[in-house]
Amino acid sequence: MIDVLAHSAAPEDDEEEYEEELPAWSLPKTAADRIGIDNPLPERVDKKWALGGATGKGVKVCILDSGVEFGHPLVGELAGAVAITLDEEGDPVAEEDTEGDLCGHGTACAGVVRAIAPEAEIYSVRVLGAGFSGSGPVLLAGLRWAVSQGYDVVNMSLSTTKRQFGEVLHELADNAYFRGTMLVASAHNMPVESYPWRFSSVLSVGSHEEDDPLLYYANPDPPVEFFARGVDVEVAWIGGETITATGNSFATPCISAITALVLSKHPGLTPFQVKTVLYLTSANVGGSR
Amino acid sequence: MTDGAGRFESAVAAGVLASEEQFARLLRSIVEVARAIFGAKASSVFLFDAEADELVFAAVAGDEEQHLVGRRMPSSTGIAGWVLSSRTPLVLDDVQKDPRHARDVAESTGYVPKGMMAVPLLDEEEVLGVLQVLDRPQRSRFSLQEMELLGLFASQAAIALSLLGSARRARKALEGAGDAAVVAKLAAAVESLEGDKRESAATLISDLARVLRS
Repeated sequence: MIDVLAHSAAPEDDEEEYEEELPAWSLPKTAADRIGIDNPLPERVDKKWALGGATGKGVKVCILDSGVEFGHPLVGELAGAVAITLDEEGDPVAEEDTEGDLCGHGTACAGVVRAIAPEAEIYSVRVLGAGFSGSGPVLLAGLRWAVSQGYDVVNMSLSTTKRQFGEVLHELADNAYFRGTMLVASAHNMPVESYPWRFSSVLSVGSHEEDDPLLYYANPDPPVEFFARGVDVEVAWIGGETITATGNSFATPCISAITALVLSKHPGLTPFQVKTVLYLTSANVGGSR
Repeated sequence: MTDGAGRFESAVAAGVLASEEQFARLLRSIVEVARAIFGAKASSVFLFDAEADELVFAAVAGDEEQHLVGRRMPSSTGIAGWVLSSRTPLVLDDVQKDPRHARDVAESTGYVPKGMMAVPLLDEEEVLGVLQVLDRPQRSRFSLQEMELLGLFASQAAIALSLLGSARRARKALEGAGDAAVVAKLAAAVESLEGDKRESAATLISDLARVLRS
């Protein structure tokens, strides 16, 4: 059993946990020569450059959800699975997950990722299914756990409407962004305020109605930033089955998987660069359909 | 009891503040409208009981499932539990293929839907429950317009439930033995007076309020 942040609600703990060095607040004139960065992006970024031939190999994708069914034919092997629960004191702990998926939703998301990025390493962090009352703290602890593990992509096909969690989620999302973890979050399908998809440090995803899993659009009118396939999608479900499902929940893992493709072909891109690449390769911006 | 007192008490008990009967009528209306909007075979609503951490089967529009009203299940059970916890709507077809879902539903209803739309009832940051619409006709592909309609209707239903829920809680407080109940009884007594007596009582209460504030 691993103690994952007994004090998950306190934002200041982030600094202790990540042991961040003090940020460079300024740049002396003499130091400018020492911080040269090779531009990883070519003059013209297109889909072929971005993800052509990529399989997601070597990229760690975390499904933060209801768990993932072990051995589902459309998901295959998991690289790891933990379940976040609350202990007797109400503190969150992460334990190896032995139950798999309690609903089907996490399996569906994992299957979408596997179909697009077949060689990605898929990890499951279960934050739903252990009762509603602890779901907020468990979600926060699960995200904190996922970010601390250094996954390249974290798929969050869920959100919370609780404002009390918004601030901590914001900090976690920013931490992920600066640590190089791309948080991909499902936009809400309803006219409500919810988090973390509204934060600019995450990739937020809504649905389009077309069938192509590699077709995505950039939204000129955020906060939803990208649209991907999310209507009548055949997805993996518990019991080794498949069902047909609709919702931004299923568009989100499309973008997670596409991000994995980009990162497997171009390791080391930062979330800022990944977002730029997705934007430049969107079908309505300059990508080829 | 004078007419005045009767008026006040009935206002407190059943008029201004919602009665259980009104609450049940609203729930039935929500599921019936949801079923009609989508031309679905059935619709049901689960309310979240935070104290027990359970979902309560609160109303159903359909043929044979009325006996289920009042049934409870853990808040994390199945698709409704996921929708509640994740606060995210979900539209699924071929749900019979989900063995756990099919078993749970079949044991309790004898009816397993083919398709299901499930949407959280969200009143701002609070989630009040889950609305389900079962077996809408499979005319064509599901559209995002339908999803939007589902979300909009669920939001309206949640606002109505929230308003009625507040009134329901207020009525319970007034009927109980707490401070609110004492004040309600005092108000009812003043309401029952006439003429000078009523004026004197009002003056007395105003003076009392002034003393309490000072």
